[in-house]
Amino acid sequence: MKNTNRIHNLFQTKKKNILSIFFTAGFPEISNTVAILKELQNSGVDIVEIGIPFSDPIADGPVIQQSNQRALENGMTLNLLFEQLKDIRKEIKIPILLMGYINPVYQMGIENFLKKCSDIGIDGVIIPDLPPEIYEEQYKTFFKQANIANVFLITPKTSSERITYLDSLSEGFIYLVSSSGTTGKDAQFHEKEYLRIRSMNLRNSLLIGFGISNYASFQKACHSADGAIVGSAFIKALQKERPIEQITPFINSLLKPQTVTG
Amino acid sequence: MNHTANSKGFYGNFGGAFIPEMLFPNIDELKRVYLQTINEPSFQKELKVLLNDFVGRPSPLYYSRNLSEKHSANIYLKREDLNHTGAHKINNTLGQILLAKRLGKKRIIAETGAGQHGVATATVCALMNMECIVYMGKVDTERQMPNVERMKLLGATVVPVTSGSQTLKDATNEAIRDWINNPENTHYIIGSVVGPHPYPEIVTLFQAVISKEIKEQVKEKTGKEYPDYVIACVGGGSNAAGAFYHFIDTDVKLIAVEAAGLGLQSGKSAATTALGQPGILHGSKTLLMQTEDGQVVEPHSISAGLDYPGIGPLHAHLFETGKAKFLYVTDEEAINAGLELTRTEGIIPALESAHALSALNQLTFKKDDIVVINLSGRGDKDMLTYLEHYKNI
Ligand SMILES: Cc1ncc(COP(=O)(O)O)c(C=O)c1O
Repeated sequence: MKNTNRIHNLFQTKKKNILSIFFTAGFPEISNTVAILKELQNSGVDIVEIGIPFSDPIADGPVIQQSNQRALENGMTLNLLFEQLKDIRKEIKIPILLMGYINPVYQMGIENFLKKCSDIGIDGVIIPDLPPEIYEEQYKTFFKQANIANVFLITPKTSSERITYLDSLSEGFIYLVSSSGTTGKDAQFHEKEYLRIRSMNLRNSLLIGFGISNYASFQKACHSADGAIVGSAFIKALQKERPIEQITPFINSLLKPQTVTG
Repeated sequence: MNHTANSKGFYGNFGGAFIPEMLFPNIDELKRVYLQTINEPSFQKELKVLLNDFVGRPSPLYYSRNLSEKHSANIYLKREDLNHTGAHKINNTLGQILLAKRLGKKRIIAETGAGQHGVATATVCALMNMECIVYMGKVDTERQMPNVERMKLLGATVVPVTSGSQTLKDATNEAIRDWINNPENTHYIIGSVVGPHPYPEIVTLFQAVISKEIKEQVKEKTGKEYPDYVIACVGGGSNAAGAFYHFIDTDVKLIAVEAAGLGLQSGKSAATTALGQPGILHGSKTLLMQTEDGQVVEPHSISAGLDYPGIGPLHAHLFETGKAKFLYVTDEEAINAGLELTRTEGIIPALESAHALSALNQLTFKKDDIVVINLSGRGDKDMLTYLEHYKNI
């Protein structure tokens, strides 16, 4: 797939400690999207996932829920997000994925949505409530035509048989949910299950997400997978005064052990 | 006509299981066992005994002389209001708690709007000695205080939900999140024919006892095989699904009544089939009140039980195929129909059921038509609303 080159190239050239950051479009301010992207790229992040806000985010804990609500109150919409991202590839070279619930995408129409993604240079999509069976039946051809990667989630509880199935459909990477639960709870690491999953020799790389919040948990995740995804902890950092200025110190705190200063 | 979900959980274009992978093991377990479990003779027997002796089934089919005279037809009320806990909701919670027991679950979660489903869940949990957690929008806990106290008295923990709009849809979100976080020991007793497959079908099957009885009672009372009309209100659609179920393949005219709130064009309405578009919420594809951007819109109805932005996928299918006719009744019309029944028959109906009653005014019948209205619940919980309105007339 030619257009997944950015994700593909990344996993070709960087084999471990891949850091992906999730943030909600339109949070904390509606105009922050591009500034956040630039700062993330400058601070050495490998991948970004931009959350499409939704009124009913059932897989998310309080932090991401509130960021969704705030973003919607700010007036963020999927159309506006595409508008903001129109020229993003002039500056942002790292892979960008859109992550969100199926309903806003469904309302836009999947073909229309994917066309906009590919016009802009979005590399992939993560839709947690799009089941693989429906994807395979109704959506897959459109994703292939548009050359957009669709990333599936698995959990430590997912059976090996189902993981094989999800791996066959997933493009870009597989999103391994640290421990089955909603976002933002402290990750509990299921090393034995991660080992089971790794030993399956999947065709996709693995990134662990949900509850990765600091250097220690990032290291732990990287020990069991190709890298990790940080969401709620990053959103929390953005809740502070002067959010854009929080970004680089926060990313540094994930990548380097912290010395306590006082 | 397909009125059971297909193997993928679809009724025509609607239904399915649009769930995050974290919920897959729960839903998969339920999907694998529910039909077999429900059909086991020992399950059926235990359920039947409890429905008879604990709930008080069969609920009577009552001939309403006054309504019959007024509308020049034979009008019967299916008295679900006489069930234990005061509504049809207990038919479902009883069935589901037996299912949960057979699944070996120890902890029950539920969402509730008006509190009727919460009370019905807390009741069966007390009966079966199970832990019970009920999610209820904070706004609803305030406007339905007596039901909150009832649930607590029955031993349930009521969790006020402060996310989103703090009403039924958010309580449902929170219950789903709880289930994601407690997948092993917990069963989610959903309160209507909504949610991911197989829930719409499970709840329909447990409510189908309503139409089974209607059929037998119509035969017994009139000698006819079928009524001409069955009328029921639709929030999520469980009482309507139950009242329609055994008539879907027949010529019986099925009338589904939605809450128009302050009026269809007022911006304060819960009439999903009039205002909604296909969309995905709470794990199923259905008709949904939403913005162009796909954000779910907060509905309005005077009746908390009809205050839901979607309808079950079976109803979306019945609407799309024209198999059921959908009518819309405003807050005002519903209250008036409720007060009318109170004064002419001595029955104070739930405001939800009052919507079904008011639909009589939008229909014309032939003299010997047999019309059954599903009186889904009693109005005790709605006294304040009735009184407020009564003062103003
Ligand atoms: C008495 C009564 N009728 C109807 C409803 C609406 O639910 P459904 O459409 O699932 O029957 C409720 C919900 O709380 C109710 O309490």
